[in-house]
Amino acid sequence: MEVTITLNGKKITDSVDADMVLLDFCRKHKCFSVKRGCETGNCGLCSVLLDGKPVLSCSVPIGRASGRKVDTLEGLQEEAKKFSDFFAAQGADQCGFCNPGYIVNIVALLRENPDPTDEEILEYLSGNLCRCTGYQSQLRSLRNYLNSKKEAAPLDLEAEVYGADIGREWKHE
Amino acid sequence: MVRISEGSGSMSEFKRDRKDYHMVGKCVPKKDSNQLLLGKPVFMDDIVPQDCLVVKLLRSPHAHALVEEVKTVAAAKVPGIEAIYTWKDVPKERFCIAGQTYPEPSPYDRLILDQRVRCVGDPVAIVAGENEKAVDKALRLIKVKYQVLEPVLDFRKALDSEVLVHPEENWKSYGNTGDVKRNLLHHEEDTHGDVEQILSECDEVIEHSWRIKAAQQGYMETIRAYCEIDRYGRLHCISSTQIVFHVRRIIANALGIPKSMVRAEKPRIGGGFGAKQTAVCEVYPAFVTWMTKKPCKLIYSRKECQTIASPRHEMEVTVRLGAMKDGHIRAIDLYTLSNTGAYGEHGTTTVGLSGHKALPLYTGGCEATRFSCDVVYTNVQAAGAYRGYGATQGIFALESAVNELAEKLHMDPVEIRMKNIVREGMFMPAYFGETANACALDRCIEHCADNFHWKEKYPVRDMGNGKVRAAGMALAMQGSCISNVDVGSCTLKLGDGGTYNMMIGAADMGTGCDTILAQMAAEVLDCDVDQISVFGADTDASPYDSGSYASSTTYVTGMATQNAALQLRENIKKIGAGMLECEPEEVDFDGEKVYLTDGEKSVSLVDIATKSQVNNTIPVDVTATYSSPVSPPPYMVGMVEIELDKETGSIEILDYQAVIDCGIPVNPNLARVQAEGGIGQGIGMALYENVTYNAQGKIAENSFMQYKIPTRLDMGRINVEFETSYEPSGPFGVKSIGEIVINTPAPALAHAIYRATGVWHRTVPFTPEKILMSMLDPQWKEIDRRVKES
Repeated sequence: MEVTITLNGKKITDSVDADMVLLDFCRKHKCFSVKRGCETGNCGLCSVLLDGKPVLSCSVPIGRASGRKVDTLEGLQEEAKKFSDFFAAQGADQCGFCNPGYIVNIVALLRENPDPTDEEILEYLSGNLCRCTGYQSQLRSLRNYLNSKKEAAPLDLEAEVYGADIGREWKHE
Repeated sequence: MVRISEGSGSMSEFKRDRKDYHMVGKCVPKKDSNQLLLGKPVFMDDIVPQDCLVVKLLRSPHAHALVEEVKTVAAAKVPGIEAIYTWKDVPKERFCIAGQTYPEPSPYDRLILDQRVRCVGDPVAIVAGENEKAVDKALRLIKVKYQVLEPVLDFRKALDSEVLVHPEENWKSYGNTGDVKRNLLHHEEDTHGDVEQILSECDEVIEHSWRIKAAQQGYMETIRAYCEIDRYGRLHCISSTQIVFHVRRIIANALGIPKSMVRAEKPRIGGGFGAKQTAVCEVYPAFVTWMTKKPCKLIYSRKECQTIASPRHEMEVTVRLGAMKDGHIRAIDLYTLSNTGAYGEHGTTTVGLSGHKALPLYTGGCEATRFSCDVVYTNVQAAGAYRGYGATQGIFALESAVNELAEKLHMDPVEIRMKNIVREGMFMPAYFGETANACALDRCIEHCADNFHWKEKYPVRDMGNGKVRAAGMALAMQGSCISNVDVGSCTLKLGDGGTYNMMIGAADMGTGCDTILAQMAAEVLDCDVDQISVFGADTDASPYDSGSYASSTTYVTGMATQNAALQLRENIKKIGAGMLECEPEEVDFDGEKVYLTDGEKSVSLVDIATKSQVNNTIPVDVTATYSSPVSPPPYMVGMVEIELDKETGSIEILDYQAVIDCGIPVNPNLARVQAEGGIGQGIGMALYENVTYNAQGKIAENSFMQYKIPTRLDMGRINVEFETSYEPSGPFGVKSIGEIVINTPAPALAHAIYRATGVWHRTVPFTPEKILMSMLDPQWKEIDRRVKES
């Protein structure tokens, strides 16, 4: 079947198998940020924006995306860059395989709700699995980003290190 | 300034007070963070040709069978099918896919395809085709006739079972320690003192068995590898692996081709946790490419990763812990029965850690220890390496036993530990006779109890709404490398412009080793971490490294990196001295210039780099290699507070506090994320991640739908802090962090659940169903579906 999809702002018309899912369409068109982590719609790695709303691209038959706008992380670089350095500062990227999915979802979250609470963040991103981080650093990163825009809000930038012979706290100047 | 003193041989020694470290101990972002966070194409399937052949495996539905006939004619006619291979087509020499240093302790018990299938999912045929659809269709059209055999599924009944998992004559093992004709892969005993005598003198003896299941690592990037024939006619494998050099040997062994004909490389990899310390899939695409000379890739589905990859070894650990009324632990007897499954990857080695990396925690006043074990073959998914590597299983049992002792003696679990733990300077008989040269476990416990508010939270609190709050704790240890085995290397090269390249064979799997090794080099070279570009890992371009496993990279490859940087520093000074027309002893290097120590003259690093490329015979690329005679343990303590709903048995984690002694953390933020991630995995294993088999040996939890790894709503708040110690044998005082962090959640949570319900749970996971049923009926037992009820 023939589909026309606006992928990251570029209109693409392609002849595809009717049983193709949006995930494979994105990767076919070189949007390699879109990852597959499971076959059951559980991991959230394949998250993209369909007409601005986050969806699991593994669970979107290509026909349903036809005629619509799809944004992957490739097309959201500038919005992502605003907060991604805060994730890098924490080491929250780790292996990086799940990053594109939750970064896309954070873009969607911040568009909907520019100042979410911790609970709202955890709930919004709960469908995005990560096995490396235990999620704590991701929450710290986003909180640091949000707090960095507020005056006198606390930032958690470095892990606490203590030592017997070098004083209670060992920190670099 | 670096004071360099000549040590033994030609190697210089790095001496700098750690307060003066400018790079080690600093929180810098990972070198690949921008690429990863912005979703750039850096993983295997992003960088290989999209039109390469697709490889998939036809898998056995039976746990034990002989393949009598494979009909492939119809399948081969599917348009786009390139090749189909069965057991008749592959080499007949057995090999080993465990990523271990040759000669591997693991047995040579595999063929690429075997006529005998030994577990559900064992491969029966390899299919390669132009696209996934064609391959899937061909897989459906292959008809296999099996002679179905009785399997042995229960690892408690495997030893001397009538069913033999490996009856073949060409089974091979270097340093055989078991008896394959009894399904026994390995047996070991290590005794210090008279355990029976001392146990008989003890006031209290705690004796129980604890069980950890074959939990899956749950790496987000599934197992995968790509192969092609390179410009020189060699086999080039790009794999999501932790062990490029072992992969090279494994492929060569499996294919029966010279090792020189294989090149293995890893791009960025999407998590490993030990799973990718086994060459789970590489031999299949390697075989296809070698036969067809065409590029191909094999990408495992999540289902394959859940059912036929390389999970944790299921172990049943029996502890007899003897103590006096005052809480003094005098003797520990620990026996482990380990299930290696259908094949023996890591079977002989993981089991050792269940004793050797648990018992030394109580070196304090312990007079006798005994560790013994059996490792058996069964007809279930073969196990492999998973973070913790046996220590997790042993520590769950031992720490639970100590908690049970404390409860029985009505002693505070913190207090009982302070009486018995290993402390700095102690000789540890149960830890290969090593001495705890760096140990802050006592400080970790005090610090953690303080952070957690142990005194207030340890008493059980009824919240008045059917919910109770309770706390539990556990200690853990691990090692830092396999002593006298692991090899780490680092090549450092000065390039024009005055920047450096660093080549390593260790595998950054998201852990950040590329970055922390660059920090170490930058510490010695007195430069910024940004001045060092890192490359790894590729068997053609990297210096030899055993690979990233056994918590060895920071400690072993770190020392190689420090030594390489010291040598390069000396060479830079030599070139600089030549340019200043003086002796190398008269100059020093501050990272930017080589200067006369008493004089004005200096020459910049940029000019030295330029000079190194003109009429120069002093090398500016140096390689250093390191191996350690010891494996210094890191230590930690974890404390958890839960809220348990007595009506449903469900648990909410409110607070998880951990304090870790990993020596000197090279990058505290990355170390913290390691810890938080490991604790998260440990929580998953303890509360949610179950592995159950039906009577035919098929795993029920074959997707993330059934195998529930924790989401961010399941974690509660985890807080990790560090107590430093200075390990004299490690570079910059470091030990390890990668594995130890998974070990505390299971025993700490079991402890908290006991506090809340009065019932000890000794088999993971502690699901709400089990918690509730055991409250209603203390005799209630989980049904093991493998054991057919007679």
